[in-house]
Amino acid sequence: MENSRRTFLKIAGISALGLSAKPVFNAFAVSEEHGEKKEAKVITKKGALTAKRWAMVIDTTKFKSAKDLEPIIKACHKIHNIPVFENKRHEIKWIWEEEFVHAFPDLENEHINDRIKHLPFLVLCNHCQDAPCVRACPTKATFKQEDGIVAMDFHRCIGCRFCMAACPYGSRSFNFRDPRPFIKETNKKFPTRMRGVVEKCNFCSELLAEGKQPACVEASGGALVFGDLDDPDSKVRKLLKSNYTIRRKTALGTGPAIYYIV
Amino acid sequence: MPEEKKIYDKGKVVAGLIIFAVIFMFPFWYNLGKAAPVPEPVLTDKAKAAKECIEPKSFMKAGHMQILNDWRSSVVRDENRVYVSSKDKEFDMSLSNTCLDCHSNKADFCDKCHNYASVNPYCWDCHIDKPKENK
Repeated sequence: MENSRRTFLKIAGISALGLSAKPVFNAFAVSEEHGEKKEAKVITKKGALTAKRWAMVIDTTKFKSAKDLEPIIKACHKIHNIPVFENKRHEIKWIWEEEFVHAFPDLENEHINDRIKHLPFLVLCNHCQDAPCVRACPTKATFKQEDGIVAMDFHRCIGCRFCMAACPYGSRSFNFRDPRPFIKETNKKFPTRMRGVVEKCNFCSELLAEGKQPACVEASGGALVFGDLDDPDSKVRKLLKSNYTIRRKTALGTGPAIYYIV
Repeated sequence: MPEEKKIYDKGKVVAGLIIFAVIFMFPFWYNLGKAAPVPEPVLTDKAKAAKECIEPKSFMKAGHMQILNDWRSSVVRDENRVYVSSKDKEFDMSLSNTCLDCHSNKADFCDKCHNYASVNPYCWDCHIDKPKENK
């Protein structure tokens, strides 16, 4: 009797061991099956423009009236499928014009020279160093890329609009309506947005990936200059060295990356 | 003498039960043998000419949604925009510009199976289908 119990326990123990070893064998079998297959991987695009921190210098001395800004705004809004709404409250804008007192409220003097007073300023997302919208976003739909661009993942945006409340520059627009029927000319290479998401300028990261300059810079005829703020030899840095520039609402500590030569 | 157990209105009750059963099972009988055939996605000439998708067909069939999901994260989050397949071929990671470039027949290629499987991916709320349509 005692002997048979002993053998029973032995057999049971070995069987348990055998069963527990099966997954290990399975794992080996699987890895053998796929052993020859090469893993797919992802890489950055060749020829893409890269930087440590992208920035833009806008030379306002080269602009005379709103007419000079029009082609720049058009170029951006065309390639990014920006809808045109009659109702101002539904307006979507990535880059637009603003008068001095509104663009630079903290620089407002009682008397300013005539040129500045009547000059339309081109304003867009400042791609701040310490962007308040990034901090406000509860889903990380808005985030800071390594190259300094404040980017958006529209897939993640839940339309809470915290970022719009956080942005001191009004750079963000909300899609109150489905934008598709209001897009005049669709750029088939760039997606549209859907109702209920926020959008803003993306510094044309899709063009940078192709080695091209942002659309507004291309359309500006040299008035807008784009480059790496961390590179002392970049065009942007050279311009900043030789010209006096201002930025919008610097007292807020957001560290805007758009500089204005006035 | 024990009372005999009996169903009152037996005829009506049984008839009612039968009618109920028939009505209840009507959808099953009605659709018997009429199972919708598994749809076969239609390939465009361009897709046919390419012979193989970015990965083997079986893999794409089962895992295209996973790939698209990975592509999205990679492009949007990490700025890695090129996919090197297991056969060392490079592809731009873009639903509209790469996938739908070959598969420009969304209705016959995508929607057919999605409808059959009753899934409603919302890719096309934003991404534009048939990128070559108006060119």
